[in-house]
Parts: sequence; C-alpha cells; structure tokens
Amino acid sequence: MSLLQVNNLHTYFDTRRGTVKAVNGVTFSLEEGKTLGIVGESGSGKSQTAMSILKLFQKNQRIAQGSIYFDGQEISSFSKKEMLNIRGNEISMIFQEPMTSLNPVFTVKYQLMEALQLHQKLDNKAALARTYELLEAVKIPNPKRVLKQYPHQLSGGMSQRVMIAMALDCNPKLLIADEPTTALDVIIQAEILKLMNELKEEFNTSILFITHDLGVISQMADDVIVMYGGKIVESAPIKDIFKNAQHPYTKRLMAAFLRTDIKQRATNETLDFYSSENEQFDFSNFRENADADPDWIQISDNHYVAATLKQQPVH
Amino acid sequence: MLLTSKKKINQAEEEMMNVPRGSWAEIWYELKRNRRAMFGLFFILFLTLTAIFADQIAPYGMREQNLSNALQFPNATHWLGTDDLGRDILSRMIYGTRVSLTVGVSAVAVSLITGGILGVVAGYYKGWIDTLIMRFCDILLSIPSILLAIAIVASLGSSLRNLIIAIGISNIPVFARIIRSGVISVKEQEFIEASQALGANDIRIIFKHILPNILSPIIVQSSMGIATAILSAVGLGFIGLGLEASIAEWGTMLNAGRGYIRTHYYLTLYPGLLIMLTVLSFNLLGDGLRDAIDPKMRER
Repeated sequence: MSLLQVNNLHTYFDTRRGTVKAVNGVTFSLEEGKTLGIVGESGSGKSQTAMSILKLFQKNQRIAQGSIYFDGQEISSFSKKEMLNIRGNEISMIFQEPMTSLNPVFTVKYQLMEALQLHQKLDNKAALARTYELLEAVKIPNPKRVLKQYPHQLSGGMSQRVMIAMALDCNPKLLIADEPTTALDVIIQAEILKLMNELKEEFNTSILFITHDLGVISQMADDVIVMYGGKIVESAPIKDIFKNAQHPYTKRLMAAFLRTDIKQRATNETLDFYSSENEQFDFSNFRENADADPDWIQISDNHYVAATLKQQPVH
Repeated sequence: MLLTSKKKINQAEEEMMNVPRGSWAEIWYELKRNRRAMFGLFFILFLTLTAIFADQIAPYGMREQNLSNALQFPNATHWLGTDDLGRDILSRMIYGTRVSLTVGVSAVAVSLITGGILGVVAGYYKGWIDTLIMRFCDILLSIPSILLAIAIVASLGSSLRNLIIAIGISNIPVFARIIRSGVISVKEQEFIEASQALGANDIRIIFKHILPNILSPIIVQSSMGIATAILSAVGLGFIGLGLEASIAEWGTMLNAGRGYIRTHYYLTLYPGLLIMLTVLSFNLLGDGLRDAIDPKMRER
C-alpha cells in the first residue's frame, strides 16, 4: 500500500460563468520515502492537486469526483475537523513565497512553536527544545538569534529554512512542497534543494514536489508526472522523462528548459497535438475531448503516456 | 584581566548579534521622538491622574454651592471663578474629567467590541452575512452620528450608561469598516494559508494571525475615536441631553455659562479650553501612533 494514492481526482471551481475543471481526472501514487515531482505550466492544475490533498479550498471549490487515500485512510471524505488533525501533523506544506508565508507580527520562535502546541500538546520547555533542534536541522546559523527575530529580518533563503523547519515540526509523513524554490535565487535554491534531500533521509518523509522547473525536478524527484490542462499527460521515472519523453507537451517543456548540453532550441511553433511526427501515437484525443479519459500507453516500466494508438494503415 | 576581556568579547558578540528590538519597543522609540504625540500622551496621562484623584485634588466639592459667592471672577480662593450657583469652576472641571474620560473610553470600547465582531465576521466569512452587516453599517453611517446619539439618549433616558451606549453605537460602523477591510487584506496573504496548512482552525486564525496584524489601525482609530466620543458627549451635554445638571460635566458647564458669556466669559472659556486641549491631545497621539506604527509614514 502506497503512502498516498490519488484516484481519478476531479477538483472543480463553481463560478458564475460555469464550472472550471482545475483538476480533471488525476491518478497517481506516492510510495513511502520517495519523492514525486509534478511538473506543468501555470494553470495546469498542479497546485490544485496539492491543495486537494489537504483540502485547502476556496469557498467555491470542491472535489467533484475521485478519492484520495493517505496512509490507508480515505482523507478525501474527511470532515473539516478531521482535516485539522491531518494538516501540519501528518501532511504539511511549504509554499512558494517564503517571505510572505510567515506572519509578520510574530517572532520565528512563536511561529515554530505554534504547530507543536497545536498538535503535540508539548509544554513550553519541550517545545522550545524541539524548535531549537529543528532550526539546527535546517542548518540555520545562530539559531538562538533567529528565534528572536521577526520575519522581515530574515532573508528569503532563511525564511524558507524556517518554513521547512515549521513543516517538519510534527514529523509529517508527507511533505508537499509547492514551488518552494521559485522565489529564491539559484544559489540559495541549490542549497534548499540539497537540504530537502538530506532532511528527507533524516526524517524519512515522502515529498510531493511541485514545480515548473525541470532542472529542479531532476535533482529532487524519483518519479515525475507531467500535467497539462488539469490532466496527466505523461508519467515516468525521472531518467525516462529526460531521455525518452513521448508526449508532445513534455517534449516542448524539455525544449523550453535551457540546457547547454542540448542543441535543441525552443521553437516558436504552437503546441501541436495532431503532429504526424509520431507514427505510433495519436495525441489529438486530448484536445478534442477534454473530459474523456485518455488511454494509457505503457512505454516502459512505470512510464506511461496519455495517447491513443494510431490506426495502422491497411496495406 | 583575562576575565574582563572575555566579558568584553561577550558584550561585543551580543552587540554584533544585534538582538532585535520587539516591534512594540520600536513603535515606542519612534513615538518618543514625536514631540506633538508626546505632548498629547502626557496631557492624557495628566487628565487620567486628575480623574482618578479628583477627590484629593479638587479644592471644593463637585456639588458644593455658596450662593453668596456666585459669579465671582477668578481670584485667589476660586482660581477659575464660580458659577451662578457659587460652585467652584476649577473643581467642577476636575470632576468633569471623570465623566468625559469614562464616556470617551467606554464608548470606544463599546464600538470597538461590537464593530470589531461585526467587521471580523463580515471580512472573514464574506458572502451574504457580509452584505447584511455592511448595509446595516451604511444605514447607521447615513444618519449623522450626533443625531443618532440624540435619538438614542432621548429614547433611553439620560444616564451615564445610556450616554456611553448612544455614543458607542453611533461609532460602530467606523470600527466595523476599518476592521473588515483589515481582515480582508490580511486574510488573502500567504501566511494565513500557511497556518491553515499547519492545521489551525478559524478561531485561531482570526485571533492569533489576523487580529494582531490589524492592531495598528485599530489602535490609531481608537485614540481618534476617544476624541470624537468626548466631543459627542460634550455636545450632548451642551444641548441638555447629558447627565443631570448637578453632576459636573464639561458640556453641561458650557451650557450653564452660555447665558453669562457677555459678562462672565470665564464660565465658558476654561471648560472650553480644556475640551479643546483634551480632544487635541487624543488626536495628536493618534496621529503620532499612526506615524510610529507605519514605517512609510515616518519622517526621515
């Protein structure tokens, strides 16, 4: 049994102008101790998939169909109150903007102790000790000083370290990272990614890593799913996605990702699902009937692509 | 020798660590540099002490009459003169401080608590309840506040409690609006989402994360609100809807002196000056607090 199992998840927004299908039939699973990357462009539904797991919903948002199993429990049917016990305790999340994800009026110490007091009912002394320990774990120099500081006195990288420490407060089984390094510069980004990989080993936490940056994904994930328009277009182990991408969207994503060792350049062509380039697969199904479930074609072990087999011309 | 040098190093280390001042200390530091605000603060402190120790300070009793001494100009025994019933003006002004400060602070407390609850509910939950509350506030705002207060006092009868309720109610929409807009802007920030992700419930998010972030406009508005409340109370007193005539109240004193203004100016001058200074002090303090709290407003 995998730690997290998402089955045919549909998350909709009910708006005045109709229903927006942000997540439209997503299925994946995440094993214990592994990192799963979700890549896709803005609006592809990757963040909303994560939000659906924690049920951090807007008022007009709902899970229309599908189920989410976490650690053997069907959390998609949990009540609001039951979810409070899951959030921060079993599953925690780190966000894109570290600078604005901390409450500006409280010290780091106060905020780090909040999750501990919420879920573990620790007394002040024990909570403080744990807090100190966590700051050391996320490699913050001079934790004593940082504890007393307010968020505006921290740099972006420091804030993100504090956020990570906060997320690890209660030893969660699953950590959802929603573009945790997007707002940081490259050097800090590399440090944070390295730190997350180390902490994953140390705390034995599974990570659901959401990003649009393939470079980041290559350092972090064991498996990758590529999302587009609320659906998964391709799912593969990390190596296969770089070496043997099948779906035209995945290929374009690769091409957009600047790499010096590849001569391929980003083209100006529009994304073409009808391209006849591929003789085996037909991807047009994706565009023509957005609600229809695509067929899954297995390319290799654990590598699937959403497509239909082309009718071979009869000779 | 060695010990002292070690101590020095420790000291230097501590300085280098630049242990951050709390945000309150920061605000107090900024406020201290603002002379006008400090004037306001000290005058308010002075008034508060006067109100508390009125019995000890006042040279004569609040109701002490001496008809043979009526309408005396300021002199050595009656520093600010006496009114038409021979009551000491200074003493009545001192006792009047009690009424004014009580009304000012309590009325703001009434409007702050009621308006605060309404504003938080409206801003946090939005939807129909927001519409309902805010339209109710619009209706209240469309009635001139002094008129509303007059109507409430006239229907409830005049007592200290009713005065507070009347003035408090007429200021509810001001607080409700400020708090609502604050809640809305803070609610959309990422740290609220982050604390939701940590498993905090609505109550905790409202009290621990949203309210502390909008404390500064609330403090500023409260300070300014006390000034308006005092002025409203004085106004109600002046038109005869305040407390009973024997209780010393600044507005009532103005009204009593009104008939003698040509011959005995001091009956209205001193209470009037005191009202002005009091309202000015609260406004200066409010202004200073706003500047001290909002770094962008600070003069460099």
